[in-house]
Order: sequence, then C-alpha cells, then structure tokens
Amino acid sequence: MASVSVPSERARGVLRRPTAVTGFWSWFTTIDHKKIGILYGATALMFFLIGGVEALLIRVQLFQPDGKLLTASQYSEVFTMHAITMIFLVVMPLSAAFFNYLMPLMIGARDVAFPRLNAFSYWLFLSGGLFLYSSWFLGGAPNGGWFGYAPNSTTDPTPGMTFYAIGLLLTGIASTAGAVNLAVTVLNMRAPGMSLFRMPAFVWMGLVVQLRLAFSLPIITVALAEMLFDRRFGTHFFDPAAGGDPILWQHLFWLFGHPEVYILILPAFGIISEILPVFSRKPLFGYQFVVFSGIAIGFIGFGVWAHHMFAVGLGPVANTAFGITTAIIAVPTGVKIFNWMATMYKGDLRFTTAMLFAIGTVMNFVVGGLSGVTHAVVPSDYQQTDTYYIVAHFHYVLFGGAILGLFGGLYYWWPKIFGRLLNERAGKINFWLMVIGLNLTFGPMHILGLQGMIRRTFTYPESLGLTFWNEVATVGAFMIAFGVLVFVVNAVASFRHAKDAGADPWDGRTIEWSIPSPPPIYNFEEIPTVHALDDFWHRKYAEDKSGRLVPVQAGGSADAGEHHVDGHGIHLPGPSYFPLIAAAGFPLIGYGIMYHWWMAFVGAVVVLVGIFGWALEPSAE
Amino acid sequence: MAQAAVEHHGGGSEHETTTGLPNTKLAMWLFLASDCLFFGALISTYVLYRGRGIEGPFPHDVFDIPYTSVSSFVLLGSSLTMVLALAAAQKRDFGRMRIWLLATALLGMTFVGGQVYEFTAFHREGLSLDGNLFGSTFFLLTGFHGAHVVIGILMLLSLVSFSYADKLPEDASFPVEMVGLYWHFVDIVWIVIFTVVYLIPTKPPALPGG
Repeated sequence: MASVSVPSERARGVLRRPTAVTGFWSWFTTIDHKKIGILYGATALMFFLIGGVEALLIRVQLFQPDGKLLTASQYSEVFTMHAITMIFLVVMPLSAAFFNYLMPLMIGARDVAFPRLNAFSYWLFLSGGLFLYSSWFLGGAPNGGWFGYAPNSTTDPTPGMTFYAIGLLLTGIASTAGAVNLAVTVLNMRAPGMSLFRMPAFVWMGLVVQLRLAFSLPIITVALAEMLFDRRFGTHFFDPAAGGDPILWQHLFWLFGHPEVYILILPAFGIISEILPVFSRKPLFGYQFVVFSGIAIGFIGFGVWAHHMFAVGLGPVANTAFGITTAIIAVPTGVKIFNWMATMYKGDLRFTTAMLFAIGTVMNFVVGGLSGVTHAVVPSDYQQTDTYYIVAHFHYVLFGGAILGLFGGLYYWWPKIFGRLLNERAGKINFWLMVIGLNLTFGPMHILGLQGMIRRTFTYPESLGLTFWNEVATVGAFMIAFGVLVFVVNAVASFRHAKDAGADPWDGRTIEWSIPSPPPIYNFEEIPTVHALDDFWHRKYAEDKSGRLVPVQAGGSADAGEHHVDGHGIHLPGPSYFPLIAAAGFPLIGYGIMYHWWMAFVGAVVVLVGIFGWALEPSAE
Repeated sequence: MAQAAVEHHGGGSEHETTTGLPNTKLAMWLFLASDCLFFGALISTYVLYRGRGIEGPFPHDVFDIPYTSVSSFVLLGSSLTMVLALAAAQKRDFGRMRIWLLATALLGMTFVGGQVYEFTAFHREGLSLDGNLFGSTFFLLTGFHGAHVVIGILMLLSLVSFSYADKLPEDASFPVEMVGLYWHFVDIVWIVIFTVVYLIPTKPPALPGG
C-alpha cells in the first residue's frame, strides 16, 4: 500500500542505526507507538494464559475437600503469582496496549511524545515480568500475596518476596515512564481543534489513569524499597522488635493499592464508553458527566485506602471517615452506569460481540460495585474481611469489569489494528462462555464467604459443607478457560483472512476510524482539524430538520486508503536499539542485589551505555 | 483541512504543542511532581518513626549541625551557579555556560563528598543501616537524596562534555534548563530533609515500647 519514507541509514559507532520497519528484528528496535501497543498486548495476553493456568490450579486444588494437587506452600506461591500476574502483567499492560495504540490515533497525533521512552517502558515492563517469573526456577516464587503484608513478607526465608519487591520496582519504573509519556502526549500533541472536551471519553480515562499512575507508583516504590532493604540489608522498617511498624507497610501499600484498583478499571470504563455509543448509534449520554465522574474517581480514589484496613484496629474515627469516603466514591461510579444505560436507551442497538462485552461489563461491574458498597459499612466489613466474599467482590470488578471491558476493546479495535475482523459467531461463543463462566465461578464465592470460607486457604475439610459451591466455582473456571481458548483460536484464525475489514467497519464516531486499517506508520497523511466531539461521525452524518440522521455527501466515510497516500515528506523518528539495551540492564541490577554485586555493576554499565547512546542518537536522520 | 497543520512534523517536535510548553518540559514537571510523592513517602516514614527507635545511637548522639549546615549551604549555592549557567546558555556564551555547569557539578560533588564523610563518621559512632530504626530511616532517606544528587552531577557533566563535543542541540539553553529544573528540585528537597531530619530536635524515647 503506502510506501513510507524511512529515515536514511548512516553507520554510527559500534551499533549501526537500525532501519528496518518491517520483519522480525524490527520488533526489537521499533519505536512506533502502534507496534509497541501490539507488543504490550501480545505480552499481556501471553501472561493472561499463564495467570489463567495458575487460576485453574487454584480451582482444581479447591474442587474437593482436602485437595492434594498443591501443598500449602505451593498454593501460596500460585495464588500470589496469579494475583501479581493478572494485575501487573495482564490488566495494566493490556490497558497500556490500548492507550499506546489508540490515544495518538484518537487525538490526531503521529506518535507519542517520546517514542524511544515508550519502547523503553515496554522492554522494562517485559524485563520485570520475566524477572518475576524467573523466581520459579531460582528458589521459589513470591508467596506473601500481592499485598505482601509485613512482617510475613520481610521475614520469609525463601527468596520469593525479594523477587516480588525487585520485580514490581522494575515494572513500576516502566509504568511511571509510560505514564509521564502518555500524559504529555494527551496534553500536548492534540490535533488542531481537539480541545480537551472534544477528546473521546477513552482518551480522558487514559489521561486520568496516567496521572494516577504517576502519583501513586512513587509511594509503592518507597514501600518496596523499604521492604527490599529489610530483606536484603537488615534494616528495621517493618520490624516491631526494633520499633518499626508493619502497619506502615499497609498504609503505604494501600495508598498505592487503592488508586491502582481504579487504574485497573478506568481503562475498561473508557473502552465501553466508546463501544456503547457506536453500537447504539447515539452519542455518549452526558459526555461531560462521564468525564467529570472519571476525574472525581481519580481524586477520591486517593482518599479511601484505609477501607482495606478496617479490621486492623485504626479506631472508630478513622474507620468511619474511610467508610464515608468509600460510600462517596460509589457516586461517580454510579453516575457512569446510568450514563451508559441512557446511551443505550432508545438506541439503534447492534449486538456485535464488542457490544455484548460492553453490556456484560456494565452488568457484572454493577454486581461487584454493589458488593463493594457493602464493604463500606464497617461492621459488615468485619464479617466479610479475609473471606471469599472479598474474593467474589474483586473478581466481579476486575474480571467482570476490567477483563470483559478489555476483551470488548479487543473485538472492537481488532479490525483497526490488524485490518481483519474477528469472527462474530466465535466471538459470541467466547462472550457467553466467559460471562456464564465468571458468574458460576465468582457468584458462589459470595455464598462461600458468608458461610465463613477464609481466603488464601489451600484446602478445607468436608465437614464445613463448602464442597458443592466450590465444585460449581471450579466448573465455572473451566468455562472461562474454554472461552479464552475460543478467543485464541479466533485471533489466530483471523490472520488467515485477507485484510478486508475496511477503514470503518462499525460506522465509528472517532477519528481513528477515518484512516486505513491497519493505519500507516505515520497514522494521518494530513493531521486532521477537529471541529466537534465525535468529529468523524459529524463528517459522515448531518441531521435534517426533524432530527433524523442523513449521510453527508462525500463525507469522511470513504476509505482513506484509496486515494493517493505516499507518506513522503513525513518525518518520523527512526528505530533504535538503545531503549532495549537500557531496559536490559535493570534486571541485571536486580539479580545483582540478590546474588553478587558484580552483576549489579554490569547492569548499571549496560543501563548507562543505553542511556548515553540514546541521548547522543539523533531522533531521526 | 487546515494546510498549516500539515506542514510541521508530526512526532516529537518541540514546538507548536497544544499547551505551548515543550514536551520535555511538561514531562519534567510531571516527573518532578511524581518525585515529590516519592520523597513525600520517604519523609513520612522518617517522621512517623521519629523517636520510636528502641536502641541508640539517636540523632542527638551523632548529628554535627554546623558541619551539615555548611554542606547544605554548598548545595544551595549550587542553585545559584546553575542559574548563572542557564543565563550564559541563553546568551549563547557557551564558554561561561560550561564553567558554571562545572562549578555546579563541583559544588554538588562537595556536598556528596561531605555526605560520604558524614556517613563514615556516623558509622564510626555506631550508626548503621541495619543497627537500629533511626539508622534505617536516616540512611535510606538521605541516601536516596544523595543518589538524586549523583544523577544530577552525571547530567551536568554530560552537558559539559556534550557541549565540548558539539553534541548539544541548536538551542543549548533548553537541555540546560531541563537539568536545571531537576537540580533545583533536588536542592529544595534537601531544604525539607535538612529541616525535618537535622533541625527539628528528636527526643529519645523515655520508655521503650511505652
């Protein structure tokens, strides 16, 4: 299709400047936000399969009383790694994949603000993920839960929680760099006319998420550093015998951890705020309310952290205050729910797979949201805390909300990203397997929790009468697994078709649908000028006097790929090795902290080589 | 389609941004805001654990306030030389710019050297990272600040050598301004740390665990 003006090559020092923009090696040097988005997505889906296998191990172990598949310590490793994987290596990077790929397209930019920093973020995230998983082969995986409560986490003799601290520090640095990069992109690189309140709701949610990341990750960075120092260098931050206080870990962790919960769910909120209007053929109802409630969640989310600590004994005043803020944060979330329902009301609904996933997200998130409100009632929370009721709650939010929303996004934007539609019939099988499966898995956990089944228990005796609902939950988990399998087959099979999706298969509203699928490397041949919210829609349709939609003659709906596109004269920054090199040094520093200092020294040298090579390399030649 | 919008390059061009601020400057401000939370959490840890240690040595056993005041003054003075470097860069007087950058780096190194000496002296008096709670909180907080200063020194020296090698961009004052933002931030954080850690006295606990 389009021939792209690639920056001319020139030999430089030891490393020749990479020039290829296609082919296997181009993936290692790419700084194109779209390829990096695909890398994030593919890696996240890989980890999703691994985390899913861990979930199945948990469910098989609990299928029957006195399960023998895993020992208690193996079970601790598996549930900890399941949580860390799903949160830090699946939902966060899958969200980052969508933000990376789509936000520049949706605001009319040619790339992110710092393309090489973007590549660095990806490689460092991957390094952190592999570092965490290397723990299985180096003496034991993290086993103290994703919350890593001290002093259990600081005194455990196996190296698992050291891997946890360093691994999360690595992914945290990656996320911070990515957050600054994407926030600057949204604030600074919008096309002419794309004012803040003409940005798609997805971009708004993206901006809120990046700012929350930038302001919550430094707190966990400090907490992890303190944990690491306690474990490796004998400090006393969480050691009561020396005057330290394990509760401080809980405060620092949840000061990050609760904003993190919204970091996980807001991307899905943004995605369904795009999907619902398109398949209802109506604008998003109360766009400003959706945006402002997202911002409100962003702020209030920093003031609710201690509702994770009601049972710690902070006293009635603190518990009441945090109970109130927790009830308050349900309000902006509820506002969004009503906005989505009103968007669909009297709409011209098309039940595509993406639409089904979006509706499924709203419905299942409401279940999780309501059980969340019950936790805001402190005396009720005393009963629920550390039981399967909590497990049920956050899986409805994170699986029923975040994962379903992200899958909706996959079905919705797959044709834009790869130029090929996913099979709708298989998609609907995928959807129903996942939705029925998740309700079978996590629904019974409410009952189990209220019956007193405690969290993180590796087995239970038959006499407790918990067997039946545990069996149901395990059956549901396998249904989810089959749903995911259908998706994998669907995704692989889509690459056997021709790229025939066209630029705008869904009759979309936002400007990413105005360019060819997949988009050319430079995104927009001409940077568009934006005149309204849902600009692309208004280019395609006008309203007649009675308010009915009429297509605009020669509107923007023609495939942009059909007229002359050559891309000459568009200068893009060239590919680079240095982000990969700089990122590769960090896990070496991590191993150095754990094993031998010379490794850390080598790692630091590699990082410096990467950074100086990067600084001295012109962005394009 | 507005023709004007097509002309300038798409990607990371430093001009014609939506807010009018260059991308790098906006990113630096965001990073520094994020770093505020980093030091905020570290300083909170220190403050929460103030006076809760069970074993000595305690702050009043080891601190030499006049000594640390002098090294603090040296670090604050480096902000002045940093401003002079930026002023020279803006006047395109690159010789003077290099001198002031080097002076800033030297003052920074004096501060770090002073910190190394101070740490050694404290260590001789029995304060260590793993010895007691005060040692843990003190060394982690001031150590992370010292690491920030070291990174700043590396950036300053890089600017000087890039300038000699003629590797700085056309508008050399821009990277100097960015490093300057970082440097001033690290200085300001030290004012807070110096006040909280050294100047506000900590009473030793009357009854351990009480």
